[in-house]
Parts: sequence; C-alpha cells; structure tokens
Amino acid sequence: MSAYSVTEPSTRSKWFAGSLVILYALITMIPLAWIMLTGFKSPSDAISYPPKVVFEPTLEGYVNLFTTRTRQTQDFLEANPPQNWADEIVREYDMVIVGPSKFGERFLNSVIIGFGSTFLSIFLGTLAAYAFSRFKIPLADDLLFFILSTRMMPPIAVAIPIFLMYRNLGLSDTHLGMILLYTAVNISLAVWLLKGFIDEIPREYEEAALIDGYTRFQAFYKVVLPQAATGIASTAIFCLIFAWNEYAFAVLLTSATAQTAPPFIPTIIGVGGLDWPAVAAGATIFLLPVMIFTILLRKHLLRGITFGAVRK
Amino acid sequence: MAEVQLSGVSKSFKSTKAVIDMDLTIPDGAFVVLLGPTGAGKTTTLRLIAGLEKPDTGDIHIGGTSVTDLTPAQRDVAMVFQQYSLYPHMSVRDNLAFPLRSPILKTPEDEIARKVQEVADVLHIPHKLDNKATELSGGEMQRVSIGRALVRDPQVYLMDEPLSSLDAKLRADLRVELKRIHAELAATLLYVTHDQIEAMTMATYVGVLDEGRLVQFGTPRDIYENPRTAYVAARLGQPRINLLPVGLLGEDAPAGAHQVGLRPENIRHGSGRDAQVVRVEHLGDQTRLHLKVADHDVITLTDPHTSLNAGETIQIAPENPVFFDAAGARIT
Repeated sequence: MSAYSVTEPSTRSKWFAGSLVILYALITMIPLAWIMLTGFKSPSDAISYPPKVVFEPTLEGYVNLFTTRTRQTQDFLEANPPQNWADEIVREYDMVIVGPSKFGERFLNSVIIGFGSTFLSIFLGTLAAYAFSRFKIPLADDLLFFILSTRMMPPIAVAIPIFLMYRNLGLSDTHLGMILLYTAVNISLAVWLLKGFIDEIPREYEEAALIDGYTRFQAFYKVVLPQAATGIASTAIFCLIFAWNEYAFAVLLTSATAQTAPPFIPTIIGVGGLDWPAVAAGATIFLLPVMIFTILLRKHLLRGITFGAVRK
Repeated sequence: MAEVQLSGVSKSFKSTKAVIDMDLTIPDGAFVVLLGPTGAGKTTTLRLIAGLEKPDTGDIHIGGTSVTDLTPAQRDVAMVFQQYSLYPHMSVRDNLAFPLRSPILKTPEDEIARKVQEVADVLHIPHKLDNKATELSGGEMQRVSIGRALVRDPQVYLMDEPLSSLDAKLRADLRVELKRIHAELAATLLYVTHDQIEAMTMATYVGVLDEGRLVQFGTPRDIYENPRTAYVAARLGQPRINLLPVGLLGEDAPAGAHQVGLRPENIRHGSGRDAQVVRVEHLGDQTRLHLKVADHDVITLTDPHTSLNAGETIQIAPENPVFFDAAGARIT
C-alpha cells in the first residue's frame, strides 16, 4: 500500500525543512496578499508612499470594477438620493452608477475559453496518448517528437501568421478561435503528460476487460479512464492555468466579443488614470476559479506529481 | 463448454519464436494443464486462444468454429491472469459483476446479484464483497480473479498460473477447489503452470512444452511413466528422475542408448553397484538419500525411519529403467 521511511528525520532537520517551506511560502504569497489588500484600499491609499499595510478598508475597488459611472451636477445628485450602499460609495466622487461594467462579460469569456480549451485538450490528448501508449503506430517516435516540437518556440513567434490566418478564416475575436488556439498550444503538453500516465497502467486491466466481453473502446472508458483520473486531473490543471493566464494572443486576437479578462483588467480607468484598487479587485476575482479548481483536484495533483514513485 | 483445437499455430515476437507449429486439441470438458519452464510458450498459447494475440500462421477453433479472426469478446472465453488484474477502482462485487454487465451478456441485475453471491460463497469471500479490490490480501485477490471467470459460463476457461503467488496452504486448498469446480461445471479448462504438482493433481491431460513446441500430450500417469524425451521425464516427478550415463549401474542397454532414466522409486537397494551416502533428508513421510556413484549424483527414496548415515556405503540396482539416445529421445 505505502512505503515508510526507515528512519524518522531528526527534530532539527524537520525544523529546518519546515522553516524553509514557510519562508518560501511567505515570499511567494506576499505579492498575492498585496494584490488582495490593494483591492480593498481607496485609490489614494493604493498609491501612497510609503505603502500602507494598515488602512481603512473600502469596497470602492469592487464597485468600480463591476459598474460604469458618470459624473453628475450637484443639482442632480441632490434631487436623486443614493439607491444603495454602492451608490453611496460613488457619490463621494460626485458620480452615479449608470450600469454594469464589461468585467462580468470578460470574466465569462475567460471561463468559456479557459475551460473549453482545457476540456478539448484533455479529450484529444487522452485519446492520442492512449493510441501512442497501446498501439503500434508507424513512426510513433517521430510523431511524438513532432507533437513536442510545437512547444519548442515561443507561441508568440507565430502571432502574425496566426493573426492573418484568423482574420481570413473569420476566427478573430471569436470564442471558438481562442479555444482552438489554446488547445493547439496545450495539446502537446497533454499528449506527453498523459502518455506517461497511461503507460503506467498495466495492459492486463484492458485485456481482462476485452475478455470479459467489452470492446476496446468500452475497456478504454470503463477501465483505463478511471485509472488515469489522477493524470487527467493534473494535466487539466496545467492546461487551464496556461489558457486562463494567456495574455499576448488575447490582446492580439480579441477585442469586443471574445476578449478575456487578462487584457481587460489592466485597462480599467478610474478618476485620473488607472484605477489600481479596481484592477487589484479584478485580479483577485480572476484568481479564484483556478484556485478553486486546483483545490478541488489537489488530492489528484499531489498523487499525479509523485505518480510513478508511489504506485507500485 | 466446447472443444478447443489449435492446428499449425505459430507466433513470433520480433526474433523470438514463442510458439512453433503447435497442434493441440483440448477435448470438451477436459482439464488440460500446459507444463513447462518460463519462456516455453505456455502463456502465449493461452493468449492466442483468448484472442489477445493473433497467430502468425495456423488456425484456432473453439467448439468447431474458427475464431482466428474474432475479438476476445466474441470468442466467449474466460481468463484468469497471473497478476490478478482486478479493476482497482471497483469493489469486489463490481469486479465479479463486470463480465456479466458486458454488452455481450447484459445480465439482469437480480441475476447478477445471485451469481456473484454464489461465486463468492464458493471462494469463501462473501464478507469481502463490499471491499475495494485494492483492500484485499494476495490470496483474496487471486480468488476474486478466479471468481470473475467463474461467474460466466464461457466456452472455455483459461488460467495462467493462477496459484503461483499464493502461499502453500492456500494453494493446496484452491487446487482441490478448482478440481471440484471443474468436475461440477463439466468445464473445459486450460491451465498453465510450471508447478508439476498442480499438473499431476488436477489435469486430465498434460501438455509439456519446450521452447515453443508441444513435446508430449497425454494423461499425467502416461507422461510420468512413458516420457517421450529426457526433457519430459525431467519435468515430472519430485525428486526429479536420475539421468545417468548408460552402464553406470550395470543395466542392459539397447543399441544407441546414451542416457538411462531412473525414477527415485525405481532404484532397488541391497544388491548391485556400490553407492556412497552423501546426505540423508528426513521429510517425515519419506526419506531421500543423496548418493554418489562414481562421481554421479543419484537420488533415491528409502524407509522413513532409516538408520543410514552419511558416509556409509550401500548397494543399488535399477528397476524399469528408460533409455534415451544422444538427442534425448526415448528408445523403447
């Protein structure tokens, strides 16, 4: 079932290892914490120097993120008392809320494109990986190398050809176009990672299923897929993180309909320049889906990373 | 249940010839054991019949129909693998029910429940039905694996060293159990092993394989008493047959004889050539004598309560010897 180390590490080395982990966690989490804090600051607190760690929290950033506002005359403001708490916040700047911002829409685009391309990458990647793992494919090694070679240059190097191609094909600024693009980038990672996982699953399971009266495809989804769940989960996380965070192609290929959150968030303009609390609020919300997805699949992820070592 | 027939079947893997021109008929209802050392082609033969490998040449018939081009599912065979291969993500119950739920059988759930319970009772695992397949001991896993074959009513059962990873007691129990199941179901059963005790105790017929070739096929008794080659003679019998140069013990050898085969129980004590006792092994029910005759090792059996000691000298003479020529073929 599991292996235990023969000797327990000494208390001192455990302390040392523990402190290192905590130190590393602090360093990596400071920017994250700072973004989250900034989301609750007022615009002046956000850019004050020295930076404020203690401040009076406000939801201004979040209100600005989700709404469009206009400046109004004093007469208008006096004639129309604030409707709700959000309205009250913007009144301080002599403004009224006139409607929702585009953030919700952009965020939804990110969800559709991110999860759509992840699903497609995993779907195609699993089938291809299974074929490479189990069947005698002519030139299999060359094909695998070819698939990997698509990762060997930075994707942005082909930005111009893709831009032109997408314009001619009518894929510019469409959800489908972005899903296909991110899938194309992710598929090589998916095939290679998943092939490793499927190679580890003994063939006897499928052979048993074949003899038990199932077809090759039924054996694949009833026996192989459940056992590849770990590998699929960890591969899905990697694919999602790429598609979710991708910026360059999103700037280049999307504008009105299919724009994702990454190119949108930095463009949130407030009173006199960038509205940093709103940007930070957007970044915080943007982090959540990947975080939740990763936490949900955490168990699989850990097992996935240590796969070959733990299994036997 | 059905007869299985292999005619002229050959199978190579790259440069290795795993099975060479094999003709083998497994009669309907027979318990056939394929015996041979690792690499003799036993497992490949099984996989060829199951449809997991395609023969390079030759034809395989099950119940009179050619199955050479059929998928494993279409052949309607059940197989027990050496490495259990239980589906690790399923409970024991689902593992046993898996073949019954296949699109080919599509058994109603109430009948599945009944059959699973029945098989679980036979294999003494009813209390483990709701365990996960990975939460079992090796012996339990192997019984589930056998059970997965037994829930079905296939044309033929194929078993690939199903008892090899079990401890001695469980192995003995399951040997009896398998034999009983075979008799009860009147099943055609092809069983692969390198364990001669399994072969002797369970088989109606034994097929001895050597480097991909079927060298002899017959009843265990026949193979034990009338081995066609020195190789076959050495495969059955514990302790092994003594293969000695002709003339060592003064027997009358036919022309061309090169080796004489003498089973340990076929050595008479008290007269004949001198033999030095090297070691005495008391096994309880029998005592083995390790002897030295002119630099050749000879093993024989003696009275369990013998008072012989190492270093003493006794006289031995052959009884019913068998002779082999230089190539190892039997001379009669």
